[in-house]
Amino acid sequence: MMNHPIFTDNDPQKETITLNLGPTHPATHGVFQNILEMDGERIVSGVSTIGYIHRAFEKIAEHRPFYQITPLTDRMNYCSSPINNMGWHMTVEKLLGIETPKRVDYLRVIVMELARISDHLICNGILGVDTGAFTGFLYLMEEREHIYEIYEEICGARLTTNIGRIGGFERDFNDIAFAKIKNFLVKFPPILKEFEVLFNRNRIFIERTSGVAPVDPETALNYSWSGPILRATGVDYDVRVNEPYSSYQDFDFDIPVGTSGDVYDRYIVRNEEMWQSLRIIEQALQKIEKEPKGVFHANVPEFYLPPKEEVYNNMEALIYHFKIVMGEIDTPKTEVYHAVEGGNGELGFYLVNDGGRSPYRLHFRRPSFINYQMYAPMSAGMLLSDAIINMSSLNVIAGELDA
Amino acid sequence: MGKISNQQVIQSLTLKFGDRISVPNEPFGLLTLETSVDHIIEVLRFLKEDKELKFNYLTDITGIHFPEQELSIGVIYHLHSLSNNVRVRVKVFLDGSTPNIPTATTLWEGANWMERETFDFFGIIFDGHPNLIRILNVDDMTVFPMRREHPLEDPNRVDKKDYFFGR
Repeated sequence: MMNHPIFTDNDPQKETITLNLGPTHPATHGVFQNILEMDGERIVSGVSTIGYIHRAFEKIAEHRPFYQITPLTDRMNYCSSPINNMGWHMTVEKLLGIETPKRVDYLRVIVMELARISDHLICNGILGVDTGAFTGFLYLMEEREHIYEIYEEICGARLTTNIGRIGGFERDFNDIAFAKIKNFLVKFPPILKEFEVLFNRNRIFIERTSGVAPVDPETALNYSWSGPILRATGVDYDVRVNEPYSSYQDFDFDIPVGTSGDVYDRYIVRNEEMWQSLRIIEQALQKIEKEPKGVFHANVPEFYLPPKEEVYNNMEALIYHFKIVMGEIDTPKTEVYHAVEGGNGELGFYLVNDGGRSPYRLHFRRPSFINYQMYAPMSAGMLLSDAIINMSSLNVIAGELDA
Repeated sequence: MGKISNQQVIQSLTLKFGDRISVPNEPFGLLTLETSVDHIIEVLRFLKEDKELKFNYLTDITGIHFPEQELSIGVIYHLHSLSNNVRVRVKVFLDGSTPNIPTATTLWEGANWMERETFDFFGIIFDGHPNLIRILNVDDMTVFPMRREHPLEDPNRVDKKDYFFGR
């Protein structure tokens, strides 16, 4: 990777072409730059340059109270912001020792699994576009729209959701939200099925993806890969099962794994995960029926912002509101690591707290950042067109890569 | 919980390293131990390659800065034993004037970018790293921005000072 043959353009020894792939190339779906040394169509070596949209979230987080950090997490993996939001809420809840009611856990599971579906939809749809099939992408994007409508019903936002609060949700799911979720569960499976029929056994798609960029499990673990791309190599590591959070232990679902870790396996694993997510959402809806109605947050007045009408009319609510906003509440001086299974892998939050109104240090373990570092080394010897679909199937999100 | 307890991890570590690792604690069940810069690679190698422990997955490397401490710069490793489903956190504290530590890229390829990021933000020099250059910040930046002496916002702003909040 580091041994770029360095010859000036006029040097007669220079046999390769230096190609700037990115930072704004239409085929890379985001701000990624790779400086490639090309021998014809084949990549000799490459160097990734990242950091184009670095926004210093870790530094900003050191100066913000806990509840103001949620919108920062939105902007990491913006294809599945709710998972980031929930991961952050659960980190703070772990720090503060807040037990959330079961109904809140199940509501969170629904939102997180919807986010996982929308994340995988993007990835597999785009993979189709990059291999030359626009149709599947158009079919699926309509469904992502329906997921965004569900978010909209729950929290008012669509892409960067800022969904939920520390301790639960800002408001209960309304009837329209539940109706939309149920409608999605009816409408989505046939469309996903249709998508699979178009792709799974499509000769062109298989020839383009099967055997491209295979990764063995040892290499994947050595590079600290996580998420669907690690599972495609055959390692059954999923944070939802290994360290269940938000009551995932109550659900019955499978972890799909691949065998060869190539682009086709990653595609199949993601598709199968969408089916499993649908299973989880169905179970969650059934479980919510049995829980007491109207519970949407834990009873922790010192951390959960009271409704505005109560702030104006109720002494305690006013005091708590003031204390929360001003950061007057003591928090434990300790450190906590909490991980959730994001769309791309293990999304970890390492929080060191000194008892102040903002974290002393907050580090995000961003799966895209860690997964992407293998991209340049694994591209060596690959055809340029294969490297493009390899990047799509890694599903690297620029916001999460650069934080 | 995992297949091996934190006690077992402590036991095999003390058997091997004795007092070269500090008395560990367990915030929220995650075993946290501290060692010195001279032994960090030995400790990581033992954790990774031991037949029972098998902490073969490097979750994360990051840094931290405590300006008031004598050893002001910290490096924090999170390891995960996937087969035993146990995590461990290893910390090393370094002198702020010579923040040098041996690289973990000899053990995990994935440590490469994590160490570059830590260097970029904290100025920690990972000796033996194959390509220790800035990764997220611009190349011509002269400071290490995550150190505490660098303020985030305009220092003349007073509406966010802690003493206005009773601290």
